[in-house]
Amino acid sequence: MQIWMNGKEQDVPPELTVAELVAVKKFNVDTIIIEHNGIILTRDAWATSLLRQGDRVEIVTFVGGG
Amino acid sequence: MNAFEQALERYLKPEQLERIRKTKIGIAGGGGLGSNCAHLLIRTGFRYIRIVDFDVLDYSNLNRQFYFLGQVGSAKVAELKKNLLAINPDAIIEAIEARIEAENAAGLFADCDVVVEAFDRPEYKKMIIETYLNTGKFLVAASGLAGWGDSDRIKIHRIRDNFFIVGDLKSAIGPDCPPLAPCVQIAAAKQADLVLSYVLAGKEGVQL
Repeated sequence: MQIWMNGKEQDVPPELTVAELVAVKKFNVDTIIIEHNGIILTRDAWATSLLRQGDRVEIVTFVGGG
Repeated sequence: MNAFEQALERYLKPEQLERIRKTKIGIAGGGGLGSNCAHLLIRTGFRYIRIVDFDVLDYSNLNRQFYFLGQVGSAKVAELKKNLLAINPDAIIEAIEARIEAENAAGLFADCDVVVEAFDRPEYKKMIIETYLNTGKFLVAASGLAGWGDSDRIKIHRIRDNFFIVGDLKSAIGPDCPPLAPCVQIAAAKQADLVLSYVLAGKEGVQL
């Protein structure tokens, strides 16, 4: 199925959870926050948030420096 | 009211100053972002600031942080309090020397209206954001402010009406991308301006 990830269309396996998407795309789980269809997910919701065709996912990666 | 606070009335209306003065701000980190954001807020009339940091000032911090040579070796929060009180002696600065971890993060700023994320490590940035995301507080983080050049890359990203991230979201600190005063100050200044915009905004909220 297709989803929109950070504004780009991506082909991902069906019935994927947000947690699985993070693993597939090899994000560092300790430095990201995730918005799924406009809702920011807390970490404990990643595993139960199921992606559907056409969903929008924004993954913001924090980088070091301050 | 001291002479500094009286002089602010030249620039801001009484009702604006009233809003500014009653806002309680929490700043997580007293380094490049936190120390600079704090002094900009104090100069703008904010009175209540709680700053939490565990670190001791090092010579390598002076390239971008709001401290001075004679303060090296002392706890950052204690020295920052002195520097802020040197601008406004009637400010209420709560300097808390502590490491912020997931276990204590929620309690440190529970009574603050605004939380400024001013850490350097990305894991801690994420931790403080996740802790305060659903509390209804106004939240300003920063990510991607290292290096130099093309400083317009340091943008304001509205994630929610009460959650903003300042930065280019990608310039991490590294051997070829050091944290330097100009871009760190730009990010800290944008954080401070977002706080001010939030406090002075009407029902429509922060406008970009």
